[in-house]
This record gives sequence, structure tokens and C-alpha cells, in this order.
Amino acid sequence: METLGHLAHGFSVAFTPVNLLWCLLGTTLGTAIGVLPGLGPALTIALLLPITYQVAPEASFILFAGIYYGAMYGGSTTSILLNTPGESATIVTALEGNKMARSGRGGAALATSAIGSFVAGTIGTMGVAFLAPVVVKFALAFGPAEYFSLMVLAFITVSAVLGSSSVRGLTSLFAGFVIGMIGVDLQTGQPRFTFGMTELLDGVDVIIAAVGLFAVGETLYMASRRYAGKDEIVPLKGSLYMTKAEWGRSWKPWLRGAAIGFPIGAMPAGGAEIPTFLSYAIEKKLSKHKEEFGTVGAIEGVAGPEAANNASAAGVLVPMLTLGLPTSATAAIMLSAFQSYGINPGPLLLTTQGDLVWGLIASLFIANVILVILNLPLIGLWVRLLKIPAPQLYAGILVFATVGTYGISQSPIDLVILYFLGAAGFLMRRFDFPTAPVIIGMILGPLAETQFRRAMTISNGDWSVFYTHKLSLTLLTLAFIGLAGPHIWAFIEHRRRRGPEHVPGDA
Amino acid sequence: MSTSDQQAAPSRLAVPELLIGIGLLACAGAVAWQTLAIPVSPLYSKVGPTVFPYITMTGMIVLSLLLILAALRGGWQPEEEKETPTDWKAMGFVVIGLIANLLLIQPLGFTAASVIMFVLVCYGFGSKRTLRDAVLGLILALAAYFGFARALGVNIGAGFIENQLNTVIDAFIGMLRG
Repeated sequence: METLGHLAHGFSVAFTPVNLLWCLLGTTLGTAIGVLPGLGPALTIALLLPITYQVAPEASFILFAGIYYGAMYGGSTTSILLNTPGESATIVTALEGNKMARSGRGGAALATSAIGSFVAGTIGTMGVAFLAPVVVKFALAFGPAEYFSLMVLAFITVSAVLGSSSVRGLTSLFAGFVIGMIGVDLQTGQPRFTFGMTELLDGVDVIIAAVGLFAVGETLYMASRRYAGKDEIVPLKGSLYMTKAEWGRSWKPWLRGAAIGFPIGAMPAGGAEIPTFLSYAIEKKLSKHKEEFGTVGAIEGVAGPEAANNASAAGVLVPMLTLGLPTSATAAIMLSAFQSYGINPGPLLLTTQGDLVWGLIASLFIANVILVILNLPLIGLWVRLLKIPAPQLYAGILVFATVGTYGISQSPIDLVILYFLGAAGFLMRRFDFPTAPVIIGMILGPLAETQFRRAMTISNGDWSVFYTHKLSLTLLTLAFIGLAGPHIWAFIEHRRRRGPEHVPGDA
Repeated sequence: MSTSDQQAAPSRLAVPELLIGIGLLACAGAVAWQTLAIPVSPLYSKVGPTVFPYITMTGMIVLSLLLILAALRGGWQPEEEKETPTDWKAMGFVVIGLIANLLLIQPLGFTAASVIMFVLVCYGFGSKRTLRDAVLGLILALAAYFGFARALGVNIGAGFIENQLNTVIDAFIGMLRG
């Protein structure tokens, strides 16, 4: 097998002492920020993007991937013990995990999520290794029209299908497009959306956008909501070792979760929300202990979704590495890290940057091993991070936000943009607009525009390229179904029932 | 969450949501204004730099109209979010901290400005031990400064404190090298 040879080479890259240290640093940092509420992998990687000026690409991607995987492990700790899901993918873990913690089985919940994450993460990473070359062969047949349609599909799923409202999700996405268009048009050299300001000619840095939306916005939101009920940490009770019965109830959900999570994550329109919810529903249906769901907490409801979450995180790397198509905010920021090295992720990445890609994939296996070691025995240490008081935590987040933005060009204008986006982030958080589509729109929007204009140039301005090419038409149809399907479905259901009027707006 | 009293008047105007919708419509207007300002060479008349901005503008207009419609129908905020009062004082201190940082970072340097922001934000979040917060902020800012500036070579604005410390450190390194 060709892949095994590549993988062996990858391990030779990843197993150098320096890269192992980067991996250890990334996983530790990732776990910490995963545990801390309000911080996520996208924000952390954005803050660390400046290291791309100093460090070799292999090392920084090993670091970033460690943070990405680590945050998935750490996030479950917060969900289980604090009932505060750090991101939408861990909502399901909180559902049963927090109930388990409250009924004194927090240790087992943490253990099953850590081991399940390891199992699913390893399966998912193997999936990346074996699937990526296949996708590349497929992707090489893509023309600009197909690429554009694929990106449209990704836009629709990421913003409209995954969030709580398609209108608000798409609004976020379009806001991202506007931010992404600021600066000089790459094809004609015309300045766009600069409002006559020379500072905006270079465009808005991804770091500023991510830090503004995620860090400043979150801090403002937390300050404004100080009256809301305080989260309560459930003390860690019960042995971290799972009983034989708990192992027996966990291993099938792990495998099922991985089997659901990876393919959905690997789809060009993936994401972690759908597979976690799907896995939860399946486990609830299959479980022999249905009475535990929603009452004392069922271990299957933690094991399955946690596994699905980690497997889909691995899956997200497939479109990112093979098509240059990020489907999560973290992947979008990693894509911009590639760009800052002058590397264009896409079908050719595997051949032109073999060391980088295979080193990265190999380091993901290592990261999984390190993470399970870091998380099982040291869980008590991580729990202590939850005791950092809110004032100092958020003040510290703002200090690091300044480092990340002011360090780019030492321009106070950047801080003004940062605060402006922070205010926008606050309003979005307050009024339930998802923030991830902004980042995805900002990074993927200009790429989609390039493909769009290429396709139109090749066709001499004939729009029909997008629907006469079969593949392109299929992708656009899928996007349309994704957008309109739920509404049509709801309409049919409504007509079928003809029951009493449902109260609208209670989403 | 009680929705029983809501049922009587399901189509209540939601003012904050309406303002957001109108604000977005204004944004679409700004997009239109800036798009018209893009000079287009006749060569690119078909797929030039304005096509995508126009698509974006259209999308934003449609979306903001849909949001305004949703606002007229009662908005989309969950009840519990509406019922939580906003802590204006805490937010105010955070905003003052941010502005102080913006104004002071050039004259005073990163560390000093960060400490002032740190103290203000902590106070806003309800911390009463200002002196301890200042010390914590100083340690954190110095760690961040030296972590990024010296280890990674990212230049974050150096001021009085940083320059003094840098001189000391450089002298120390010079001494070690003999």
C-alpha cells in the first residue's frame, strides 16, 4: 500500500524530538483551552498564527493540530462537570455527561469520553490517511465551476443547515464575505470596501477577525450577562476507572460514533453538530437502559457523541487538506496559516508538500496517544483550571487579544477594527447569530470568488457553466435541497397534521 | 419559560431585533455604495471585481428584509435571554478598559496599557482586590510580551517598562557571553 509508505515517512517527520515537543505543547495547550469556557481552538490558533513567521510549517501545523484535537478532549470535561458546552459539538455530551456527574458517575463519564475520543480519533485519523489520496484523485477532475458549486454547498451547510436558523446563519456568512472582500482585488488590483482608508488596503487579518469575534465578543457578552445564573462545577466523584459493565456499554457506541462522525465530517459540507446529534439519537434508540437517558445520565449518550465529535474533527481535515475547503472555523484559520506560508491547500498538496501533510497526519496519531495519557490520570489537574475566577480569566483573554492584534502591525487602527468586530461579536452572541460562518465566509469567500470568475472567464461570461456541467449541477442541487428542504418538509408536515396552530418563534 | 401569556399576542414587534434588521439593511447600503465606488475597467465588464460584491449586496438585502419580517413577528430571542437584564456597569468597565488600552498602548507601551486594562476589566467583572489584579496583570503582560516579542520575534509595542527590561536582559546576556 502506497499510503502505508507515506505514513511511515510521516512518522519519521513527526517523531523528531522537536516535533514531538510541538505536539506535546499543542495537545497540552489544546486541552487547557478546551477546558476553559469561552476559549476555543479557532481563537487559540488565530492568536498563535504569528509563529508562522518564525517556525517551520511542519512544526506549526503539528502544534495547531494538537490544539485542535486537544480542545475536543478538554471540551468534554467542561460539558460534563460544568454543563457549559464550549461549542455546539459538545452540547450533546453535556446532555448526558452532566447528568452522570450529578449522580456521582462523573469519573466514568470523563473516562468514556477520553477513551472514546482516543478510539474515534485514531479511526478518524486513519480515515484521513487512507481517504485523502482517494479524494485527491477525484478532486483533480474538478474545474473552476465544480469548485465554485462545491463551495456554495459548503456555505449552505455550514451556515444554514447546521445553525439554529438559516437566515441568521446566512447573514453571518454574508458578513464574512464583506470582510473578506476588503482590500485589493487580486485579479484587477482595484481597492474594494476600503472606504478610502489606506490601512484597509491589505484587508482585515484573520487574526483580528477571529480574536475580535471570539475573544472580545465573548468577554463583552459574559460581562453583560453577569446577572445570569452562575455555572456550578459538579465536583469530580467516582472512580476514573470504568466498571466492566461500563466498558461493555461503551465500546459499541464508540465504534458507531466513529462510523457516523468521520464520513459526515469528511464531506465537503461536514461539521460536527449533525453527527453528534445523530449518534445521540441512535444510542438512545439502541440502549437497553433507556430510563437512564435524561435522568441519571446514560453512559452510551456520552460515549457515542464524544466519539462522533472526535471522528468528525478528523474528517474535517480531509476537505481541508485535499480541496482547500475548510468547513469549520478552526479549519478556516488553519487554511489561512497555510496561506501565510504561501502554500495553497488543494489536490496538489499531498504531492508537493508530502513531508508536511504526512508529518501532520502522523502527528495526529501521536497527539491522540498523548491526549489519552494527559487526560486520564491528569484529569484532576484540568478540573482545577475551571476554578480560575471569571474576572481574571476574561481580563487575561483581552490582554492576549491585544498581543495577537497589535503585534501584527503595531497600528492602533487594528485595535479599532478589533473592538468594532468585538462589538459585532457581542451583538451576534446576544442575538443568536453563529460566529463561525463569518470566519468561513471571510476566508472561503475570496477563494469562491476566484473560482467563480475563473469559471466565468473560461465560459466567456456564460452562466450556464454552473448548471450544464453535471457535477456542478448536482452540487448546486444538493445545496438547494439543504437550504429549502427543511422548509418544504416543515410545510408538508404542517399540511399533513392540520392540527392546532403551533406557536411560532419559539426556536 | 412561560409562553402562555405570549400566545395571546403572538405577533408583537421586537424592537432590538428590528434594529438589527435595519442595521443590516444599512450595511447592505454601505456595500452598495462601496461597490459603486469600485472603478471597473471595460475589459472586465462581465466578471469583474464588482460581480461578487453585487451578489453579496443582494443577499444582504434579502436577508435583512427576512430578519425585519421576523422582528415584526415577535423576534427570535429565547425568553430566558430576554429576561436576563444586561449588566451595563460591568460592560461599561470592560469597554472603558478596551478604550484605555487603545489610547495608552502607544504612549505607555504594551505592558503598562495592559495592566490598566486588566484592572478595569477585573473590576467590571466584580473583582474588588484591585492591587492584586494589578500585580497579576503585570505578570501576565510581561509573560505575554516576552513570550511573543523575544521568543517569536513578534513586535508588540514596547514602552518604558519593556525597554528598561530589555536593556537589563541584553546586558545580562552580554555578561553571560563574557
